Amino acid sequence: MTDLYQSQRAMRQMRRQAMQRGVVAILDVGSSKISCLVLRFDGSGRLSEDNSIGSLAGQSGFRVIGAATTRSRGVQFGEIAAMQETERAIRTAVQAAQKMAEVRVDHVIACFAGALPRSYGLDATVELEGQEVTENEIARVLAACEVPEYGAGREVLHAQPVNFALDNRSGLEDPRGQMGQALSVDMHMLTVEAMAIQNLVRCVQRCDLELAGIASSAYVSGISALVEDEQELGAACVDMGGGTTSISIFMKKHMIYADAVRMGGDHITSDISMGLGVPTAIAERIKTMSGGVHATGVDDRDMIDIGGETGDWERDRRTVSRAELIGIMRPRVEEILEEVRVRLDAAGFDHLPSQQIVLTGASSQILGLDGLASRILGQQVRLGRPMRVHGLPQSVTGPGFASAVGMCLFAAHPQDEWWDFEAPVDRMAGGSMRRVVRWFKDNW
Amino acid sequence: MRALISRRAKSRAAEGKCDPAPSRLKYRIQRWMLTPGIRMGLRVGLPICVTLAAAGGYLASEARREKLVELYVEARTAFETRPEFMVNVMAIDGAGESVAMDIREVTALDLPSSSFDLDLAAIRELIVGLDPVKTAAVRIRPGGILQVDVVEREPAIVWRSRDGLALLDETGAFVAELGQRSLHPELPLIAGRGADEHAPEALRLFAAARPLGTRLRGLVRVGERRWDVVLDRNQRIELPVERPVAALERVIAEAEARDLLERDVAVVDLRLPNRLTVRMNADAVTDWWRIRQLNESAY
Repeated sequence: MTDLYQSQRAMRQMRRQAMQRGVVAILDVGSSKISCLVLRFDGSGRLSEDNSIGSLAGQSGFRVIGAATTRSRGVQFGEIAAMQETERAIRTAVQAAQKMAEVRVDHVIACFAGALPRSYGLDATVELEGQEVTENEIARVLAACEVPEYGAGREVLHAQPVNFALDNRSGLEDPRGQMGQALSVDMHMLTVEAMAIQNLVRCVQRCDLELAGIASSAYVSGISALVEDEQELGAACVDMGGGTTSISIFMKKHMIYADAVRMGGDHITSDISMGLGVPTAIAERIKTMSGGVHATGVDDRDMIDIGGETGDWERDRRTVSRAELIGIMRPRVEEILEEVRVRLDAAGFDHLPSQQIVLTGASSQILGLDGLASRILGQQVRLGRPMRVHGLPQSVTGPGFASAVGMCLFAAHPQDEWWDFEAPVDRMAGGSMRRVVRWFKDNW
Repeated sequence: MRALISRRAKSRAAEGKCDPAPSRLKYRIQRWMLTPGIRMGLRVGLPICVTLAAAGGYLASEARREKLVELYVEARTAFETRPEFMVNVMAIDGAGESVAMDIREVTALDLPSSSFDLDLAAIRELIVGLDPVKTAAVRIRPGGILQVDVVEREPAIVWRSRDGLALLDETGAFVAELGQRSLHPELPLIAGRGADEHAPEALRLFAAARPLGTRLRGLVRVGERRWDVVLDRNQRIELPVERPVAALERVIAEAEARDLLERDVAVVDLRLPNRLTVRMNADAVTDWWRIRQLNESAY
C-alpha cells in the first residue's frame, strides 16, 4: 500500500512538473486505435470565484495543439498483448502529434480500458481531535478506511473520496474548516490487474516518455461524455470501444462505480468476418459503411458487395443484403448491451434517482443503436459525444475520442485522490526529522 | 502463430506496404530536433560556427592577413587625407612674437597634416609646458586651421639669484631670463635662494612697504625662511618668520612716528616680533656716547 502511495505521488509530482513546463501529452491506448493529444497549458482559465463555470465550460486553461491517431496493434481487450507492436504504435502516434504541435513532449498521461476493473466502496469514521476539520484530519480519515482484500497481482488505480459526512450532515463537498465531532468519508476505489499497468508503464518508458498519470478509460470518458447535470444527478456512461465496453456510474460529480465488459466493436467485426467469410478489413468497412441494428423491409433489397480478394473473380463477386448483415450484427450488440445491463443491475444502478444512460465510444455510432439500447437498458438513453475543448481538431470530436478528451479534462482539473493528501503522521514511514517538521508545520 | 523473429529476407518492400511506425532512431532524432536548445543551436549556433570556420580558414594564411591589413590601412589613409580633414595653418593668438616662435618650435608640426594625426591634448601639454605660457587652448577651426589661444604669464617681480636675473609672475613661476635690471626698472626686486617660491608673500610685503617709496631697494630671502627688507643707505629691516607683513607695517608706523629710518640706523631687527631691536652704525654709537658724556659732565 505504501508502495502504491509512493508511486502515485511520484506520478503526481511528475504531472506538476509537466504543468509547469506547460506541455503534456494524452495517450489513449485502446484496442482498435491509439490516439495522442498534445496539450499546452497557459495557466489561465481557473474557475471563477463564484464557482460558476466560465467560458468554454471552464476548460479554457489549456489548448490542444497536436492530435494524432493511429491503428492500434498488439492491444487486446484494452490490455497490452504484444509489447513491441504497442510500443511502435505509441511511437507513431506520439511522433505525429509532436510533429503537429511542433514541440517536444516528455510527459504522458495515459489511460486504458481493460484489465478487469473492479470497484470497491470504502468508508471510515474518526473522532476529530479538535473541533475543526483540518487537512490532517482528512488524511487521517482517509487512512482509516479499511482496505478490502482485493487480491494479489492487482493494483489500485483510483481511490477517490466521494462524500464526506460531519456528525449527522452528509454530502459535504469540502468539510475543511467546519466544526464537528466525528468525520466520516466514503471512498471509491478502483483496482485493476497490476500486470496491465506495468506493461503500460514499460511501454511508455521505452518510448523515452515519462508517465505522469494513469487513468481508467471508463472514468475519463464519463468525465467528457456526461454533461454536468448528469454527473450531478446520477448517470451511467457506457463507452463502447473496440475491445471492451467500459461502464462508469457518476453521482454528485464523482464516479461511484466502474466496470468493463470484455466485448466491443472488434467482436462485431469478427462476427461479420466469420459469418460472411471475408477478411477483417472488409468486414470492418462493411460494418462502418452499412451496418445497423434495425432491419426494415427495404434492407432486404439493399445489396452490399463483399469482395473477398481471393483472386477468384468469378466466385468472389458475392453480395449480401443489408438485412443479413444486420442479422449478424444485432445479436452481438444485444449481447453486449445485455451484459452491460447485468453489470449495471449488479451495481444497483436502478436504485439511483436518475436512470440516465449515455452511450459513447466508437461503436456507439452503429445506426439504430439508441433504439436498441433503450429497449434493453431503459428509457433514458442518449448518444454522447465528448465535450468541446479548445483547439480540438474536427477529426477528433467523434464519440470514439470521448476518453481522449476526458483525459484532457482530467489533466486540467484532476480529482483529489487518496494519495493527494499527506499521510498522517503515525502512518508515515519517514524519519523522525520529518515528523518534527510536520509537527512544526501543523502547530504554527 | 506468426514468427516472432522478423526476417529481413522477407522484405517489407515485397509486401508493398511498409511499417508506418518510425524506427526508434528516427523517433529519437525527431524528438531531438523538437528540443528547443538543439533547434536554437541549429538555427543560430551552426551558422555562426560555419561562418567562424570559414573566416578562420581564410585568415589562416599570412599573406591574406597582411593583404587585409594593407587594405584597411590604405582605406584609412585615403579617408584621413581627404581635404576636409587636413590642417594647413597654425594660428596663435594671445602670444608675443618670441613666445609664438617658441610655440612653433616646440610643437614642431609639419603642416599640412590630417587632423586625425594631431593629438590636441599632447600639443596643449607641450605649449603649457613652456615657461611664459600660463594657459593654452588648442582646437581645430573649420577651414583647416589649428587655433592656439595662449594667455602669457605677466612678469610681476624680478629675482636676482646666482644664475642671474629672472622674471617671475605673481605666483613665482619663471617667465623669462632678464639681461639687465634696467629693462624692467618698475618691477620690484627680490633675491636669495628660495625667494621665488614665496613670491606672493614678497608681493604682499612690497604692497605694505609702499610708504617707504623710493627708499626701498628690494627684499632678500635669508636662510630660506624669512625676509630682509633692504633700503638704501644700507639699511635693513629684518622681518620675522611668522607674519612678516604685520611686522613690516608696525616698523613703518614706528618709523613715521619717530623718524626711525631717517636716523643713522643700520638694522631694524624684528626677528623677535614683540621686541624691536635697533642696531646703529659705529659713528652714531660714538656720537651717542660722546653726547651722553657731555650731558653727564654738564650735570
